[in-house]
Amino acid sequence: MIDWISIYRAQFAVTFGAQLQYRASLAIWLLGLVLAPVISLVVWTTVAASGGGQAGGFSQGEFAAYFLALLVANHLTFTWVAWDFEFRVRNGSLSGQLLRPVDPIHANIADNVTYKVITLLAVVPATAVLAWAFEPAADTSWLNLVLFLPVVALAATLRFLVEYSLAMAAFWTTRVFAINDLYYVPLFFFSGQLVPLALLPDWVRAVGNLLPFRWMLSFPVEVAIGRVAPSEVPIGVACQLAWIGAFLVVRSMAWRHGVRRYSAVGA
Amino acid sequence: MTIVRLLAVYLRVGILTELQYRANFYVQAFRSVLSLATGLAGLAVVFSHATTLAGWRPHELLAVLGVYLVISGVVRFAIQPAMERLMEDVREGTLDYVLTKPEDSLVLVSVRANAIWRLVDVVLGVAVVGYAVATSGGSLGAYEFAAFVVSLGAAVATIYGFLVILTTLSFWFTRVENILVIFQSMYEAGKWPVDIYPAWLRATLTFLVPVAFAVTVPAGALSGRATPLTLAATVAIAVVMVVAARRFWLVGLRRYSGASA
Repeated sequence: MIDWISIYRAQFAVTFGAQLQYRASLAIWLLGLVLAPVISLVVWTTVAASGGGQAGGFSQGEFAAYFLALLVANHLTFTWVAWDFEFRVRNGSLSGQLLRPVDPIHANIADNVTYKVITLLAVVPATAVLAWAFEPAADTSWLNLVLFLPVVALAATLRFLVEYSLAMAAFWTTRVFAINDLYYVPLFFFSGQLVPLALLPDWVRAVGNLLPFRWMLSFPVEVAIGRVAPSEVPIGVACQLAWIGAFLVVRSMAWRHGVRRYSAVGA
Repeated sequence: MTIVRLLAVYLRVGILTELQYRANFYVQAFRSVLSLATGLAGLAVVFSHATTLAGWRPHELLAVLGVYLVISGVVRFAIQPAMERLMEDVREGTLDYVLTKPEDSLVLVSVRANAIWRLVDVVLGVAVVGYAVATSGGSLGAYEFAAFVVSLGAAVATIYGFLVILTTLSFWFTRVENILVIFQSMYEAGKWPVDIYPAWLRATLTFLVPVAFAVTVPAGALSGRATPLTLAATVAIAVVMVVAARRFWLVGLRRYSGASA
């Protein structure tokens, strides 16, 4: 029986130390993360202002609430595993990790969680300042806000698994930057980062419902601002779990086949 | 012209390197088209809910998107790869190999890396700008065209200077790759004319990160928004930025110690 608790305790200690080494780049990365939703927020409040205070059923305040919730949810769910993994495959530093008796995915999980915990200390005040500047308003309930927590945790799990599965392509192609970029386009569109999914044409939304992206980001945001009633949350959670199950299988199959092809290119 | 000769040499090397990864070209072309489609779809969604955005009409916003693509294509084709390489060299101590070469160090670090597939974005951007002009109804006057070309050239110089300054910071802070990430997300703001942003953000995007001069001004020049005064300011800023970048580079270089070499 593997002692997961001590494995994770060790991983957390290592990643915590490593992250704090580079405080300046943490702050910089954070600024980038905050800016993107602010752009969309401004564009859409401008649209709402020119449309007599609302557009597509969203008031200016609701757009602000939507994009601020998106900022927090995006922060909690994003990963950088694809870059990281490609780098380790390309320069051969994955070899060292393969010698350990634990799947390297656990190091990535610990890394990700530590980063989120540390940076949350800055994301929360940043969101508060933006909330003061843009005056969000949403018709939501306490129950919705509480439900946001498990839903965003599932979204983060799903997004991590999807991006980890994608990162496995590095075993076959060595360079996956282009594949990543390709992935970010539909993600941007169908996860509600461009615009709330409710404002998209019906047929686009229908396509989006067949893809995993909504469940990786948009869904927790919709829950937080009260666009999804608490009684509808279980259906969404079921979709999230189904996708998580599917990508657990994809990830482990890709890992098992990929690692056999691994030849430590640059080592 | 040593600069031109060096540029040609490194461009050739870059092309030969990238030809080894030809699959990346198709993926890149596909990605560029998809990203253009996303941009267009974004505009379509906006204009399905509004007729103008802060006074900008649809074809003008299309021109903004086109210029955005052109500039980001140039940045990612030539400037960003060079700067990323430079940061890595400063961290690893391998900048020694550049400094020992008998050419100007800033010129050398600026031309020695490129990513040719990114030129796809430039081509697409030019096509979008052309389409925006063609659908604008009026014909493009000589002044508008000249203003567009001048401000576009100034935009590239400004961004180059700005990125050199950012990258030079790595002599002090070692790990600054993420500074390019900030630049990119700030630059994303340029997909829209800076007029729509609240005053504090507009000031940031004009003076702190030169997005306004990089995208909004050239795109606006096409529909006659650039006054001679704006144009003069744009060129002046470009000159100041490049000169300042060179000065700052020379200061930074003195701190370089080839740490881990």
